[in-house]
This record gives sequence, C-alpha cells and structure tokens, in this order.
Amino acid sequence: MKVWQKNLILIALVVLLAAFPLWYCRDAEFGGADGMAGELIEETNPDYEPWFQPIFEPASGEVESLLFALQAAIGSGVVCFVLGRLTAKKPEGEKKV
Amino acid sequence: MKQNRHNHVRLPAAILAVLGLSTVSASAMHIAEGYLPKVWAFGWMAVCIPFVAAGFLSIRKKVERSPKAKVLLAMCGAFAFVLSALKLPSISGSCSHPTGVGLGAILFGPTATTVLGLIVLLFQALLLAHGGLTTLGANLFSMAIVGPLVSWGVYRGLKKAGAKPAVAVFCAAALGDLLTYVTTSFQLGVVYGNITEYLTIFAVTQIPLAIAEGLLTVVVFNVLEKYSAAELRELSVL
Repeated sequence: MKVWQKNLILIALVVLLAAFPLWYCRDAEFGGADGMAGELIEETNPDYEPWFQPIFEPASGEVESLLFALQAAIGSGVVCFVLGRLTAKKPEGEKKV
Repeated sequence: MKQNRHNHVRLPAAILAVLGLSTVSASAMHIAEGYLPKVWAFGWMAVCIPFVAAGFLSIRKKVERSPKAKVLLAMCGAFAFVLSALKLPSISGSCSHPTGVGLGAILFGPTATTVLGLIVLLFQALLLAHGGLTTLGANLFSMAIVGPLVSWGVYRGLKKAGAKPAVAVFCAAALGDLLTYVTTSFQLGVVYGNITEYLTIFAVTQIPLAIAEGLLTVVVFNVLEKYSAAELRELSVL
C-alpha cells in the first residue's frame, strides 16, 4: 500500500472518531473539560477564590475562535510547508537509481 | 441589480455570524488561571525549570550536530500548535484537545519537546485565556514533561522490543496524550481531593482523542519515514 493511501485511511479514522460522539450522545452539551473541572472545584471547595485573572481575555467567542483558527492555520502552514519540501525530493531508496 | 448584489454579501455574512455564535467560549482542558493555590502554582514552576533548561541545551546540541534537523524541529512545534488548537468532541459528551507533543518527543527526545510545549502553552495562556500564567508550571509539567517522557519511553521500549515503527509511534503518541491528562487529574486531585472525579472529567474524555492523536502522528511519521529516513537515522529514531 502506498503512503498516501495508508494516510488517507488513517485520516478517515480520525474523522470518524471525532464525528461518532456527536451522533452517539446527541443531547450532550460538549462543553470544555476544564470548565467542568472548574465547576467541580467550586462545588467541592466553595471558599476557593481564583487568585489571579487572565491578563488578556478574547473580547468575545468570535475573537476567541479567530485566535484558535489562527493558531491552527499557522501550525498547519508550517507543517505542510516542511512536508512539501521533504516530499519534493525523491525518497531515499529511489535516489540511487 | 444593486439589490441583488447586496443579498450576495448578506447571506454569507449571516451564515458566518451564526457559525461564529455557535462556537461561543468553549474552553478546553488545561488548569485554568488562578485555580491552583500559590504554593502549588510556584512549586510546579520550580519543578519545571531544570527540564526547560535541559531542553534548551538539548536543542542546541541536536541542531549543531545535524543542522537539517532544525526544519524538522520547527515542524514538530507546529504540529503541537495545530493539534492543541483542535477541540474535539468526545464520547463523554464534553470537549478536549490533543497535545501533539508525541511527535517531538519521538524525534527529539523529551526535554527538547518541553521547550516546544512551553511555546504552545504561553501562546494559549497569553492570547486565549486558555490555561494560565499562574498554572503554567503545572500545565507544562503534565503536557510538556510527563507526556513527552511517556511518549519517548514507550517509543524506545517498543522499538527495542522489535515493534514496527508505525505501531511504536501510535502507542507512544496515544499514551503520552492520555498520561498528560491523568497527570492533570492528579494535580487537581492532590489539592482539592476527588481524584477519581477529575479522572472521569479529563482522562475518560481523552481516550478517543488520544487514539486520534496517535493516528495523526502516524500520518506525519509515515511521510517522514519515506522521505527523510536519513535525518531520522541521524536523530537515531529509526
């Protein structure tokens, strides 16, 4: 099997893994796990006051999603740039032929 | 005609607005800002300092030995950047994200990856209010020290036992990811009690995501194995 075929199957599996919960627990809220942990702390230790606030908080959900998209875009840009340069060369085994 | 053109603009704008609204503030997993008492917050930072220092030294040594590795190192950092931006739904009905540090640990060893993890965590703490500066030490310890150490150990161990590289990479990345969140659970449990509850929140949510991270790491590794086997051998990965 060629590398791209193998990888296509692997990526399809990842998509299935991410999609399955959406179908399996349709009524779930899909909130963040860290928010749940924060709630649990507040529940079990009602006296606890977070002693430090984030210096900068995204102004809204939109701004936050912008920054997250930016993070993913920068990352995948670099990853794909490097992989593109690597794959532009012939693979090791075929070089000598 | 003019009216028509306006509609063309308005419809996509409306769709974008709806999409934007539906993703309102879903933070994901690191320990949030201010949620560790001062003793623990500073204690974890102190624990991390030697690892970060060793990481800088290790990177310098590896880059000196094989300058080509710089490009791969940048890619490992970028890979962690992408994966920790992807908040995925899980079977527990909540969301979390992979860490993406397994790849770096396999290629460059655990301490070099600590530095990569530090960059990701700083970005998220400063710009996204995700994780935090006071909890940076604790989050760095779980995601950029324990996770990479596990990944690196599992990869080396399985390779020595004669497993196929792809299998070793999958197990290494998945276990490193999972153990990161187990560590987070313990870090909170030690302070607040209820370790098992934190384990169900973090670790159970993480199981399918850890598998996803393992698969994605193998995707990148497959390409590297075919096209830069020489560099991988130089880093004694293969």
